[in-house]
Amino acid sequence: MSNAGWIETCRADEIDEEDVLRFDHGSLTLAIYRSADGKYYATDGLCTHEQVHLADGLVMGDIIECPMHNGRFDYRTGEAKGAPVCVNLKTYPVKVEGGRVLVQIG
Amino acid sequence: MADGGMVIVGAGECGARAAQALREAGWSGAVTLIGEESLPPYERPPLSKALMVAAGEPQVAHPLTRDAAAQKGIDLLLGARVAEIDREAHAVILADGRRISYVKLLLATGARPRRLAVPGADSRDVLYLRSFADALAIRERLRAGARLCVIGGGFIGLEVAASAVARGCRVTVVEVTPRILMRGVPAPLAELIARRHEQAGVRFRVGAGIARISESAGTVKIGLADGDEIECDVIVAGIGAAPETLLAARAGLAVENGIRVDDRLRTSDPDIFAAGDCCSAPHALYDGRRIRLEAWRNAHDQGNLAARNMLGGDQRYEAVPWFWSDQYEMTLHVAGLADQATKHVKRDLGDGAELHFHLAGDGRLLAASGFGPLGKVAREIRLAEMLIQKGAKPAPDQLAAPEVKLKSLLNA
Ligand SMILES: Cc1cc2nc3c(=O)[nH]c(=O)nc-3n(C[C@H](O)[C@H](O)[C@H](O)COP(=O)(O)OP(=O)(O)OC[C@H]3O[C@@H](n4cnc5c(N)ncnc54)[C@H](O)[C@@H]3O)c2cc1C
Ligand code: FES
Repeated sequence: MSNAGWIETCRADEIDEEDVLRFDHGSLTLAIYRSADGKYYATDGLCTHEQVHLADGLVMGDIIECPMHNGRFDYRTGEAKGAPVCVNLKTYPVKVEGGRVLVQIG
Repeated sequence: MADGGMVIVGAGECGARAAQALREAGWSGAVTLIGEESLPPYERPPLSKALMVAAGEPQVAHPLTRDAAAQKGIDLLLGARVAEIDREAHAVILADGRRISYVKLLLATGARPRRLAVPGADSRDVLYLRSFADALAIRERLRAGARLCVIGGGFIGLEVAASAVARGCRVTVVEVTPRILMRGVPAPLAELIARRHEQAGVRFRVGAGIARISESAGTVKIGLADGDEIECDVIVAGIGAAPETLLAARAGLAVENGIRVDDRLRTSDPDIFAAGDCCSAPHALYDGRRIRLEAWRNAHDQGNLAARNMLGGDQRYEAVPWFWSDQYEMTLHVAGLADQATKHVKRDLGDGAELHFHLAGDGRLLAASGFGPLGKVAREIRLAEMLIQKGAKPAPDQLAAPEVKLKSLLNA
């Protein structure tokens, strides 16, 4: 299977369960999540409200909460859960290979 | 114009949120949002921060644009001041004589800067910051090399000081009380913040009362109570804000450090609600003490809550008070009210970041405050806020230990 468009990000064990990590790739900023049941997800790293780094926020269940105005997104789908955030987050396919988290950005 | 619907006075953060929350809750009747300022509702927090230092044309963000208002069926009346409430007839009367009747009314009139009351304070070189226009006027004066004197070591004054440093100004902060951030921030954190400002070259005069302001030959002089003088080019006074209660008082509504509301945000008239900076409400988490907040999230939360209760909901206001302030690359977050705490615990986060926990005599966590980079402070204070909301009594030694995750205390 081709790995075109996939980038290697962090190590899988670098992220705690129910937590998030920031990963920068060129001008792209990602937020990479590990859910409480050990699954990995990735979204754009900046809040759609005022461009704040979501990795500075808090993960609770399937929700990432922005540290600035507490805007909430479902990090699995990117869905904005209500004011002040109304624009969904872009999500990216993720897989774990050889202990590393790979994200498909292209 | 559609009459007999929900009417909101004050198109600021709170009013704009409430108008939208009415729609989100399914209200399909008329919603009228009336604001004295000519701009659609905009965010105030950036006025002292990003907007002051932004390189290009200063811009504001709007929580409700004209287009969004039209799309949501919200009648947005801008540049329109409500002069009177006719409670008997259930109508508000605008300064130009228009009458708009309401089923329920929300007062979200905000607050206005307190004015300096010393001889010479009416000088054109004494500026205040509340509105976008105020921010532009201040920005214009903060040219590189200008000497700025900030009167008042509160959040807005300190944020303006930090922004002025970034613009190349020389800054002095004068504070009448013994230390900066006397209200709302515990002493050790205030100390940390003062050090950061001093590092940036800001000079402090604390415990210094102002006797007079005078002008001669293009410079302004601040005469201190102890006889000293400070020379500068421009003054920004950030000495607190007074709730905008005139309309409410004139209509005979109870006023007590803001428009008096109950824990459902109802005023003394059951068809009139008040929310945001303009009101004071009893807080269940703090023994029902009446508190008035001037904070972005409170305006937002109370706007949401008031809207639901206007539609017949019966929700109690019980959110933990929370605010933030950004100065330089650092951020300050405070959750809860620390003033009745008897025990204080510090957690060192490294990189100059600190958390402080404030506990009651019975061990209950009342407040938490943190200063440092956003990435270090924000989520910890958010977790502390949840502990406060729960009425948790976390062990002080665990709070002090950086390796103990606050999330684990929450689930305990
Ligand atoms: C410079 C600055 C920086 C800030 N920074 C922070 C921060 O970092 N963190 C934080 O938590 N909070 C901050 N705040 C506080 C936050 O912005 C306020 O708490 C919030 O704006 C309150 O919203 P509000 O809608 O209650 O009042 P406002 O935003 O003041 O809105 C009230 C509106 O009502 C209008 N009005 C009043 N009377 C009438 C009338 N009779 N008829 C028609 N219209 C009327 C006013 O013109 C005004 O537009 C800051 C405030 C300022 C000024
Ligand atoms: S910046 Fe994320 S909610 Fe406002």
